[in-house]
Amino acid sequence: MSRLLAAGPLRTWAGYALAAVLLGVVAPAVLSDFRLALLGKFLCLAMVAVGIGLAWGQGGMLTLGQGVYFGLGAYIMAMHLKLADAGPGGVPDFMLLYGTGEVPWWWEPMRSPAATVVLIAVVPAVLALTLGTAIFRRSVRGAYFAILSQALAAAFAILLVGQQQTTGGTNGLNGFRSFFGYDLADPVNRRMLYLLAAGVLLAMVAVVRQLMRSRYGELLVAVRDQENRVRFLGYDPVRTKVFAYVVAAVFAAVGGALFVPIVGIVSPADVGVVPSIGFLVGVAIGGRATLLGPVLGAIAVAWAQTSLSESFPSFWTYFQGALFIVVIAFLPGGLAQLGGVLRARRGARPGARVAGRPAPAAARPAVPALPGAPAGGRAPVPATAPAGPAGRDGPAGPVSDAAGSAMATTNEGAPR
Amino acid sequence: MTGTHSEVALPRDVQPDVGAATNLLGTGTGTAHDYLEVRGLRVSFDGFVAVDGVDLTVVQGDLRFLIGPNGAGKTTLVDAVTGLVPAAGSAQFGGTELLGRKVHQIVRAGVGRTFQTASVIEGLTVLQNLDIAAGPRRTALRRLRRRTEVGEAVELALETVGLAHVRDTAAGVLAHGQKQWLEIGMLLVQDARLLFLDEPVAGMSQGEREETGRLLRTIADRRTIVVVEHDMEFMRSVADSVTVLHQGKVLSEGSVADVQADPRVVEVYLGTPAHTKED
Repeated sequence: MSRLLAAGPLRTWAGYALAAVLLGVVAPAVLSDFRLALLGKFLCLAMVAVGIGLAWGQGGMLTLGQGVYFGLGAYIMAMHLKLADAGPGGVPDFMLLYGTGEVPWWWEPMRSPAATVVLIAVVPAVLALTLGTAIFRRSVRGAYFAILSQALAAAFAILLVGQQQTTGGTNGLNGFRSFFGYDLADPVNRRMLYLLAAGVLLAMVAVVRQLMRSRYGELLVAVRDQENRVRFLGYDPVRTKVFAYVVAAVFAAVGGALFVPIVGIVSPADVGVVPSIGFLVGVAIGGRATLLGPVLGAIAVAWAQTSLSESFPSFWTYFQGALFIVVIAFLPGGLAQLGGVLRARRGARPGARVAGRPAPAAARPAVPALPGAPAGGRAPVPATAPAGPAGRDGPAGPVSDAAGSAMATTNEGAPR
Repeated sequence: MTGTHSEVALPRDVQPDVGAATNLLGTGTGTAHDYLEVRGLRVSFDGFVAVDGVDLTVVQGDLRFLIGPNGAGKTTLVDAVTGLVPAAGSAQFGGTELLGRKVHQIVRAGVGRTFQTASVIEGLTVLQNLDIAAGPRRTALRRLRRRTEVGEAVELALETVGLAHVRDTAAGVLAHGQKQWLEIGMLLVQDARLLFLDEPVAGMSQGEREETGRLLRTIADRRTIVVVEHDMEFMRSVADSVTVLHQGKVLSEGSVADVQADPRVVEVYLGTPAHTKED
């Protein structure tokens, strides 16, 4: 134990430095502006995954409706961007087209940049706190909790579609020109946005790492495995679960808020049932109980989805389904488990490492960042990877920012 | 283990019958004790009365066994006092009314329990299990930090229950007996002053039983302990006093010898050799 702890800090810092260099230096240097923006989008999706990793992997809450919180963050940000583009006292363009030409009262707070940033965190946090307390106090868990959260995502998307005049309806909100005063057409600013997303993601991973290693993390695992026992130790498990749920909600909202300027559009198709499941697939494939599994899984799945959809437009859904089944059936711990399984198969000959470790990740010191994975996006799926369809890494065909945002929507439309 | 028992502080609300009960059972040492006082406890499920007006007084240092045939209401009584099932009547510990409170509030009043099936947190190590038991008193800020040192209470509990050598082992891979000891250790760490142990030696080997008996005797003198048990041999070797429940009522109460001599008990329970353990 003490030996591992001694080796810990150094490895951790090395891992962070490596991830920072890959995300912050290598990726911008080798990727085209379009590819970089795509990676930025994946990083936003990975932020949702980090939160799911905490709530589901550590806390056992199958959050099938994170699209709601993602959407809240995204729409709050998008409303601010629309108002900022319209100028002081101005009215967003789509409201002139479809609505009364007046800005509804609940849009007004988003005129202030500071209020927007605060609301992006506070609105989902308050909602998650209220819902979480109500749900967990009634001991709703397992599949019932999953169904409940999924229904919430469906209702949210339907609500957005129905409010054409104030939320843009099916079209969503798009056509943003600036981000807090910076011109979004300028490649330099877009690069800064990407770096912002990368920095925020690293910070979130650091937060979750701390939570996993803390006493709270141990308590969360205990609640997941033996909720009743924990109650008889004098804890209120509801508060333990709600805290993780709120953190996951805020992470999802921040991911949504950064998604908007990077992708250039948010619509009900980004927040409904299908994208909510999509968030989960990456986490499950990567390994939900580990620190980095959810991040790498989410990035890898999103990357594979985009590139496979480019080559075989209708093939992705089948591939995603097959991958999901294979992982759930053979690697319930996700691909993060693969190393351990292979090691166990080779036998415990080295002797140093004790075989048969049923302890989930929380018990172990966290694994430092995997080299190469975030930047390349391929590394985390070594075994089942789509084997990099030819031409995928090429100049990426006829691309433009418009195509980028179109792709963002087709992604969601793909499983049709 | 800094209990509330000091020589000076006699609580104002000392009930007259404490002294009486203490003298009666011969464990009075002249100090103020926490004690369990159950009066008219009644639990019914859809008309079926599982516990029917039970009175029970257990004082500190008295290792009380609760026995009775299946369906006598032993576990239900424990469930009621620890907040798992609603009940009528009164159950006080150290002057605090327990009935009607939530489970975690009852625990914070100093009441702990184990279950028939060992329910340690299998994914965590022995040390982590014990550390969590010490947790409810920590502030939120301290919980968000890592465990940097092992608390005194945790060390003490590790030694007491004899699990110091497996402190970094995952609780899930412990032997059956060790899991039960870990549970008792968790109760010690959480500083429970009233312990309910539900069949602690079920499924244990003879050696483990003896070990458990020693452990209970060690921790009993500063705590109030109620053991629900089927194993008569274990009861005879460990118990200070026994309460026999039958069909939700107290049938007999007293020392092991008294109870064994009680013809009513012999009739419903003890006399039939089939009920005693063969092994």
